[in-house]
Amino acid sequence: MTVQLSDSPPGFWFASAMIAAVVLTSTTGEVLTAAAMKSIGDLDEIRARSGMKGAIRAVVTCPLFFAGVGFLALAFFALLFALNHLNLSLVAPASASLTLVTNAIAGKIFLKENVDRRRWAAALLVCVGVYLLAH
Amino acid sequence: MSRHSLSPHQYLILGLVALCAPLGDTCLSRGMTEMRAITLAHPGSLIAAVFTPWIAAGIVLLIGFFASYLTALSWADLTFVLPATAFGNVIVALLARFWLYEPISLERWAGIALITLGVSFVAQGPSLTERPAAETTPEKVGTR
Repeated sequence: MTVQLSDSPPGFWFASAMIAAVVLTSTTGEVLTAAAMKSIGDLDEIRARSGMKGAIRAVVTCPLFFAGVGFLALAFFALLFALNHLNLSLVAPASASLTLVTNAIAGKIFLKENVDRRRWAAALLVCVGVYLLAH
Repeated sequence: MSRHSLSPHQYLILGLVALCAPLGDTCLSRGMTEMRAITLAHPGSLIAAVFTPWIAAGIVLLIGFFASYLTALSWADLTFVLPATAFGNVIVALLARFWLYEPISLERWAGIALITLGVSFVAQGPSLTERPAAETTPEKVGTR
């Protein structure tokens, strides 16, 4: 049986769409998951008080957590699809870095996190880094 | 306390987040590039891919990543955890170059360097947003 690899490299727009799908589903999942974990509290403290079972119970009884996991699962399959067509050294850093920027925006808007100048500057550096990665 | 500093145990958790994710991604890439090209016309192929050895190994590593990631999110901001663990991008580049033999141009190396600089920048700040006392009720931190 012969193993057939990707025939030709995908076009710019198709590659961008694959990375955008990973970023959007991942950001939604991460914001929902972060909101869930903040509502649960410090897992290390819960584990010290109630053991590992208590920590697992605290997580799996939070509905918001499953909403986040659902979107992260979508992001996972979008990543598998992208990896089938693009190089890992492009997909992984580009999607991770863009997710960083979209999460900074979503974190400020939805999670009310203090995204200060330091964090915005980091987002700008990452944007330039992503441009260079995709260039 | 105006600045939320981290304990060695918490740095260890962040280190696991940074390491497990790129190792898992690399395993996934190795598995997916050995498969036939998957098209939108046959999405079931993605499900079958889950049961191949490299993809399965990648999934195990990503489960380790997720457990440590959830722990980190329980005591730090999302906008702190993600940048602080983005050093994994450098690990991905090194694995891609020396394990998968993928070419990495100077531009990509420069991009990775800038990302790392951004990570170090944000990691020096506080890990958790200060909240007014009224927002952190006993119920919110899990005490009954």
